[in-house]
Amino acid sequence: MAMSQIDTPFADASMAAPESAVSVRGVSKNYGAVEALKNMSLEFPKGQLTSLLGPSGCGKTTLLKIIAGLIPADSGTIEVGGKAITGPGDDRAFVFQDFALLPWANVLRNVAFGLELRGVAKSEREAIAETYIANVGLAGFEKAFPHELSGGMRQRVGLARALSVDSQVLLLDEPFSAVDEQTRRKFQEDLLSLVENENKTFIFVTHSIEEAVYVSDQIAILLPRPSRVSEIIRPSSFRNKGVENIRRDPEYLDIVDEIWASLRNYVE
Amino acid sequence: MHRSLLLKLLSAALVFGAWEIAGRIPISYAFPTFLESMTALARMTFDGTLLQAYAETLKPLVLGVAISALIGIGFGLWIGLSARSEWFFSPIFIVMQAAPLAALIPLLVMAYGIGLTSKVFVVCIMAMPVIVLNTASAVRNTPASLKEMGQSFLANNHQILLKIVIPAASPVIFSGLRLGVSAGFIGAILAELKITPTGVGDIISYSRSIADYPSMYAAIFSIILLAVVFLNLLEKLEDFLFEGNNRGYVSD
Repeated sequence: MAMSQIDTPFADASMAAPESAVSVRGVSKNYGAVEALKNMSLEFPKGQLTSLLGPSGCGKTTLLKIIAGLIPADSGTIEVGGKAITGPGDDRAFVFQDFALLPWANVLRNVAFGLELRGVAKSEREAIAETYIANVGLAGFEKAFPHELSGGMRQRVGLARALSVDSQVLLLDEPFSAVDEQTRRKFQEDLLSLVENENKTFIFVTHSIEEAVYVSDQIAILLPRPSRVSEIIRPSSFRNKGVENIRRDPEYLDIVDEIWASLRNYVE
Repeated sequence: MHRSLLLKLLSAALVFGAWEIAGRIPISYAFPTFLESMTALARMTFDGTLLQAYAETLKPLVLGVAISALIGIGFGLWIGLSARSEWFFSPIFIVMQAAPLAALIPLLVMAYGIGLTSKVFVVCIMAMPVIVLNTASAVRNTPASLKEMGQSFLANNHQILLKIVIPAASPVIFSGLRLGVSAGFIGAILAELKITPTGVGDIISYSRSIADYPSMYAAIFSIILLAVVFLNLLEKLEDFLFEGNNRGYVSD
């Protein structure tokens, strides 16, 4: 394993990535003696979807939570929209792997919860929430409770909640890992149109190679022990060919193979 | 809905039927039949004896249960939120829960006399520990991802406590309240039997002393009935406050 730490992964890719919405600069994080992240730097281009992909233990969720401001970094800085962050902020919204819905609240209140915490008046926040509930395809379920919904529908609630606070950056922590394969494919297609229409920056943690290649404008491969960015991949040709053609595009298949070749040694 | 009501009625009919049969055999001369007891209950209800008795019994009961619920939930939240206060306070409540209360009553009487204060204390000692300990463990087990969700959507500590921690803990807090309230009823009667015979405790001990067993069992039955009604009201309150909570957690 002679892969070296890449301190400036964007040295050559910066031409293709005009402006960064989020910059990670020299971030380290230790849990006791365990080095979760070591001097990590990464740029997230504005209006695009960047995947953090890697085997378990590579620190991808830790990095996402540091960007979210949920975990403090030991050193280094995170800049969102040019400003260094000190904690959670209204410029970022989080979508959780286990949905993190309030079981005692119906869909409408769950989606409006981010606005409720911000003190937005009830009628106003519910109007906004209703729009996004319709956007994610859950119209008619406003009064349903989370336990009455399927896993996929619950994650749509989580997504609508994140969209309704209208943050510039959406952070998604393995959002589709708890839903079934067919629902996941639908989600991935919906995510592509979301990236296209919403003009937000998406940071997407996944352990699925196919999923990362399918949805991403940019894929950051993270490797463990010590945790580092080993490679940045920017698929170029298949993004505009339509969602149904992506999975048989030669470049798509090549990238999937290439990533697996570099990851396979790290998978126990 | 109708089916569950039917089953409840059937279960009650079985118990009362067994009571009636046991009283008719009789298993003991001190054990009246169900119908005798109900007649005595009706008599005491209509001549106002029970009303008067409950006016007396409810004072320490309601006061004790209210104090236990308020202070108990407060302490429970504190203990659940801070490890230091857990080490400090939770032994006290564990000891309180395990203490043989009947043996401690003379101490309470020496300290606080034979009036209302001692009786309220007895109710509190019975009711509070389980409320505190349940609340504390519920708060400690708030799903971490819900708290993270609150933080990431910019909740302050106050909002996290009121909008996430307390509602998430509410099923277990309410089960503690139910146990605490039942224990409080036991405490109230215990206090009236052991400290000074007043209210329902007086009916129980007086009718036993004159061998009026139907009245004695009628009084015991009435207090159980009241406890059941109260527990049902508590369940209704929980349903009203946290509707989706009693139908399982979403994150599993």
